[in-house]
Amino acid sequence: MNETIVNVANLNVHFGSAHVLRDVSFALATGTTIGVVGESGSGKSTLAKTLVGTVPASDGEVWVDGLDVRHATRRQLADYRRRTQMIPQDPFSSLSPRRTIGQTLAEAIEPGRGRVRPHRERIVDWLERVGLAGSMMDRYPHEFSGGQRQRIAIARGLIVDPTLVIADEITSALDVSVQSQILELLAEIRDTLGLTMMFISHNLAVVQRVSDEVLVLYRGVVVERGPVAQIFNDPKHWYTRSLLEADPGSPGFTLDATALDAERSMASTPRGKASHQ
Amino acid sequence: MNATVARPQTRRVRWNGTLIAGIVMFAIVALVAIFAPFFYTDQAAELTGNSNLGTVAGHPLGTDALGRDMLARTLVATRTTVLMALAATSLAAVVGIGFGIGVWLAPRRIRNLGLRLIEFFISYPGLLLAIIVAAILGQGAVTAVIAVAIASIAGFARLTANLASGIAARQYVTTARLLGVPGPRIAIRHVLPNMAEPMLIITAQAFAGALVEISGLSFVGLGTQAPYYDYGTLLSDSLSKIMTNPILLVGPAVAIIFVSMAALFVGDGLAAAANPRSNAKQARVSARSDKSTSLEVPQDALLVADGIHVSHIESGREIVSDVSFTIRRGEIVGIVGESGSGKSLTASVASCLLQDGLHASARRLTLGETDLLGRVPQPELASRIGLVYQDPGTALNPALTLGSQLTDVLRTRMGMRRREARNALVAAFKDVLMPDPEGRLRQNPHELSGGMNQRAMIASAMSVEPELLIADEPTTALDVTVQREVLALIHRLNSERGTAVLFISHDLGVVRRLCDRVLVMQRGQIVEEISSMENLTVEGAQHPYTRQLLAATPVVSVANEEQQ
Repeated sequence: MNETIVNVANLNVHFGSAHVLRDVSFALATGTTIGVVGESGSGKSTLAKTLVGTVPASDGEVWVDGLDVRHATRRQLADYRRRTQMIPQDPFSSLSPRRTIGQTLAEAIEPGRGRVRPHRERIVDWLERVGLAGSMMDRYPHEFSGGQRQRIAIARGLIVDPTLVIADEITSALDVSVQSQILELLAEIRDTLGLTMMFISHNLAVVQRVSDEVLVLYRGVVVERGPVAQIFNDPKHWYTRSLLEADPGSPGFTLDATALDAERSMASTPRGKASHQ
Repeated sequence: MNATVARPQTRRVRWNGTLIAGIVMFAIVALVAIFAPFFYTDQAAELTGNSNLGTVAGHPLGTDALGRDMLARTLVATRTTVLMALAATSLAAVVGIGFGIGVWLAPRRIRNLGLRLIEFFISYPGLLLAIIVAAILGQGAVTAVIAVAIASIAGFARLTANLASGIAARQYVTTARLLGVPGPRIAIRHVLPNMAEPMLIITAQAFAGALVEISGLSFVGLGTQAPYYDYGTLLSDSLSKIMTNPILLVGPAVAIIFVSMAALFVGDGLAAAANPRSNAKQARVSARSDKSTSLEVPQDALLVADGIHVSHIESGREIVSDVSFTIRRGEIVGIVGESGSGKSLTASVASCLLQDGLHASARRLTLGETDLLGRVPQPELASRIGLVYQDPGTALNPALTLGSQLTDVLRTRMGMRRREARNALVAAFKDVLMPDPEGRLRQNPHELSGGMNQRAMIASAMSVEPELLIADEPTTALDVTVQREVLALIHRLNSERGTAVLFISHDLGVVRRLCDRVLVMQRGQIVEEISSMENLTVEGAQHPYTRQLLAATPVVSVANEEQQ
């Protein structure tokens, strides 16, 4: 236990001339959950895609589960992607509308053939684990609510026994009460199976609830990183503080215009200054 | 990330007049094609002495040069013609879809080459291509079918390739790729089944085209050869008599038009059915006369809504039932609830906008002195109620500059001149603290961030100086820091100008910070009204649903508080 499973060092990603991730480094031990917070365009999703190997890094090192993701062969990558599962954000476009739930899950187990019958037991087992009935496997996605679909998406991600799970904004399209059920479910499964997880969200409260460690991204730069308690109780970087204060639930929240103006001028300072830690 | 919630796809056929007409016409064609040859073949081939007759008893459409009855011949020819058109369409569909999928699966260079090839053939007139192919292959029914099929392959291929690249962007395809599902399997399992509707539409249209083209080939003598005949050969036989016996042309001409119209109607009907336009349009809220409740109307009430009901017209299911509330001048009232609680519908009734298929009624609905029940002049309403929606990205037209689309509203609704509207908008932009307002007017929505676009929407809504601003989840698609800016803006406009605000949200944390009063909705009803924000806590709330919502809302805990 507690060996390092993800090791990212000085990772840089460019999209054309845009520098999307700058010198990102972090490590993740087996069985822990790292929360990644930041706003739209901060590079959260790009970081996830680089880990899965769908976005090429321009510089740096990405090691996951003993594999050098940047220099892996096609075959290695194909095998690796099965061990690293990404649970997508939108429960409405993540399930193929013309395939039953059973077929969707069977495809995860056996991508080439996707036969349902030989894997029936495993599919039923997983549907029950995510709080659905095994008999639902013959139904189509449109018969399910958003929360149920997200449960199915989680089952699809976990049914292959992944070593790393990347959850990308999986609750942002859900209602609050459904959101809290999904978070509970995910945390419970994670604890039972000892999963390693990267949890990406723009919702700080959600990240606080599930993470052991937090990484704050701002314009492609890791501005702060540390244990969850430290980041939330004693944020060092001004950007982390402003994120925390912008949450309507935090005591520092204000709708006073002058305080906001001061902050906005701070946010519009040149990029170079934003990266000091 | 933007939390844009995709609407679930509904797969119900929306019957419409065109579709029904097309199906009825097609059924007639099918019946004729199946049964006419059994009953009329002899009559159609019977040589009588009465050649070249006009309309006479027994021969309503006359007889041809050999004295054969034209009506019988037209009816019998239906089977051959329809079968040929069907064969050509199916051949084109199979090859075209196969080619399109192949192009989509191919590596990038080959794909680009394939797409160019498709474009080239698309730009070539179909009939001309068919004639060239038929001329090369020789005369005959089979070659005519092949020629017409080849001419319509490109259309299928292009649609398939375009649809495939659209579907490939969906998450379920991406996920399947990540899982390692091979390309051809993704095509068969995920891509093809999901393009069924548009394919059906283009197939119906292609059938109509194939029918006309096959008739054309037969008409010029490249298609069906004697003794067989179809609409085209009948038409060509009759053409020489056009001056002496024009009635002979009527049979085949009407038949060609009827069958292709049937196919086109089916196609257009399917297209209309697959693309339901559920745009909100002005709704008339009808008055209810049932006994009134004890709704207390304060003296400075701006909006009074008493007993709002919204129901689904088809199923009769009630979505909002008996919702009553008031908004005082200068007040910010929040409505919270989860998806499907009816909060947005309630707000849209208040602004007299409602989606198709819904029916709204209320005992009383007034804005100031104006009765909103019955017919309300739209310009007056537009100048008194401002609307802001959830996703500025979809509320704004990406192809137009902010200036042109936002001044449109002022010009059509408020009757302002161009210059006047522009100045009003610049002033409104300054009011919402947009940097460089004149420059922003010349920009397109995609050049601005989500927060800036939402500012522009609020500016536009406020530019008519409304008495009530209805904001439906205006910050849900925004980041927290941007959300706070937008909330601060609404807060400031409210306190400076006294504009009343109806704020719809699912986020209790946001509502607690902004609103004076909150209505909690569940399953179309108001379950609790909270008039003091201090009571918006698990302990202070009365109704179990409110408590449940509050308990579920994740809250950041900071500084020395126990971690979960």
